[in-house]
Amino acid sequence: MNSGREVSDGRLTVEGFSVAARAFADKWKIHNQSFPPWSWVPLINRTLHLSNQQEEGYLSLEEILILSSLEESPEDESLNVATDCLEKEESVDHTILVQNQENEAHYYDFHIVYSSSYKVPVLYFRGYCSGGQPLSLDVIKKDLPSCSVSLLHESKWTFITQEHPYLNRPWFKLHPCGTEDWIKLLSQSSISTGCQMPVDLYLVSWFSVVGQVVGLRIPLEMLN
Amino acid sequence: MANEAVKYVWEGAIPLQIHLHKSDVASHPAPPPALVLAPRIGYLPLLIPHIKPYFKDSLPPGEDSIWFDYKGVPLKWYIPTGVLFDLLCAEPERPWNLTIHFRGYPSNILIPCEGEDFVKWNFVNSLKEAQYIINGNCKNVMNMSQSDQEDLWTSVMNGDLDAYTKLSPKLKMATIEDDFSRKASLSSPQSRQGATEMDVAGQVKTARVPVRLYVRSINQDFENLEDVPEIDTWDDISYLNRPFEFLREEGKCFTLRNAIESLLPEFIGDKAQTSGEERSKDDDTEEADGLLREMGEIKLARIQGIEMKLEIPFSWVVNNLMNPEFYLHISVLVKAPQR
Repeated sequence: MNSGREVSDGRLTVEGFSVAARAFADKWKIHNQSFPPWSWVPLINRTLHLSNQQEEGYLSLEEILILSSLEESPEDESLNVATDCLEKEESVDHTILVQNQENEAHYYDFHIVYSSSYKVPVLYFRGYCSGGQPLSLDVIKKDLPSCSVSLLHESKWTFITQEHPYLNRPWFKLHPCGTEDWIKLLSQSSISTGCQMPVDLYLVSWFSVVGQVVGLRIPLEMLN
Repeated sequence: MANEAVKYVWEGAIPLQIHLHKSDVASHPAPPPALVLAPRIGYLPLLIPHIKPYFKDSLPPGEDSIWFDYKGVPLKWYIPTGVLFDLLCAEPERPWNLTIHFRGYPSNILIPCEGEDFVKWNFVNSLKEAQYIINGNCKNVMNMSQSDQEDLWTSVMNGDLDAYTKLSPKLKMATIEDDFSRKASLSSPQSRQGATEMDVAGQVKTARVPVRLYVRSINQDFENLEDVPEIDTWDDISYLNRPFEFLREEGKCFTLRNAIESLLPEFIGDKAQTSGEERSKDDDTEEADGLLREMGEIKLARIQGIEMKLEIPFSWVVNNLMNPEFYLHISVLVKAPQR
C-alpha cells in the first residue's frame, strides 16, 4: 500500500503510522522472540466510530514482568525480564519465581501512540504491582538498567506524567518535541540518498532510540 | 488592542458553590459551602487559595491533596474551568455545585497536581503543542525568556488581558486565516497583531489549527437539555486532541460545521453522501429515512459557553474564542448514528 512511501522530514502521517506500526510489529515478532508480540489496538471508540478510511490505532505491549532484583549486574543493558513467565498464550501466568522477600513483581505496559499534533509516535508506559497499584517514577527508575538512567540524566529525555490520550488514566510518556530532528539524523546516516526513510522502517528506527530509554533494546537484525 | 469578543472571553466566569466533602469534615457543624467566581479561562486548582480559608478549620489533621468532583465525577484539573462546565452541564447549572476534597486524591484516575507549578507547566506544554501545530515548530515558546514565560502565565492566572496582549506577540504565532478573515482584516482599520513571516498569503499552504474536541454521544433524541442523561465517568466522553487541517485556497471559507465534521467524519451533514459505494442515490423515502437514522447529528456545539451556530466562519471562531494557550476547546453533544 504505502510501503513505498518515504519520510523525509522526520514526521509521519496517520496512514504512515499504521503502516510503520504493522511493519514494526511483524519484525519484532520475528527477531525479538524473548518478548511477547506487540498488538494493534484499533481506535473503535465506544461512543464514536472514528474515520474508517484508515484504521487508526496504537501498538500495545503489556504485562511485561520485571523481577526487581537487589543486585544489578553492570552488564545489564536490558530490563530484567522474567522470561520464564512469558510462555503464555491467552492468559498471563502470574506466578513468579521470587528470590527473596524483597523481590516484588513489577508489570509494565507500553503503548506506542500517534500524536496528530507533532506527527510522530509517542511512547506511553506505566508500571504496576500484581495488585494493580501504580508504581511511581522513582520505583520505575530503579527497574531501569543503568544505561537507561544515565541516558535520562545526560540528555533532554524526560518522562512526564500525562493522561493517556484514549484511556482516561495517568500514564508516563516520553515528551515528543524534537523527535523529528533526531529521526532525520537517523535517516541521513542510514540512507545515502539524503534524508529519506522508508515508512516501514520508521518505527523500528524510532524504537531503536526510544526503547533504550525504557530499557527495551531491539536486536540489530530488526534494522535491516 | 484586543477586540471586543476576546475581552468577553477573558471576562467570562462561572459562579461556583463549593461543598466540602463529608469525609473531610472534622468540625461540627459542617461548614457552609464557599461561593467563588471562577474565570472560564482559568483552572480549578488556581482557586484553591480562595477556597481553602473557608474550610481550613473544618479539616482533619494531615496533608492536603486537593481535588474536585461534580456529581461523583473527579474533575480533570488541566481542562479550563469553562470547558468543564460546558461539557458536564448540558443544562447549565448556576451556581455550579462542586465538591472539594482535601484527602484521598484519586491518583489512579487523575494526574497529580501539587500546586500552581503543575498548572503552569500544563499550560506551557499546551502552548508549545499549539505553537507546533500552528507554526510547525515550538522554538518561539522555547526561546522565550524565563521571566517572559512567567509574566505570560501570570497574566493568564490574573485574567489580565492587557498584560497578555503585550506579551503574546513575542510568541510570533502565525495567524489563522482563510479567505473570510483575510477580507475582514483588510476592511478593518486595526491590523491583526502577531503577524509574522508565516503570514504571507500562500506561503503556508496547509494550515493547522489546534482544536480540542470533547464529544458526548447520546443514543436518543431529546426535547430539552435537562433530559440529557448525566455523565457517570470520563469514559462517557470522547476526547479528540487533533488539529483541524485545511488547504488555504482562494475563495475558500470554512464554517464551524466543516471543522467539526472533518474531525468527526461520521457526522457528515450532506445526507446524500453515504459511507459505502453499494448504496444508490435513489429517492425512495424508506431508504432516505434509513439513511437519516444512520447518520449521526451534531445537536450542540459549545465554545466559551456560547451555543454556536454551526454556519459561523471557522476562522472567526478560532481567532476570537480560543483560549490563551491558543487552543480552541469545543464541547459537542451528538446524537449517535443508529446501527
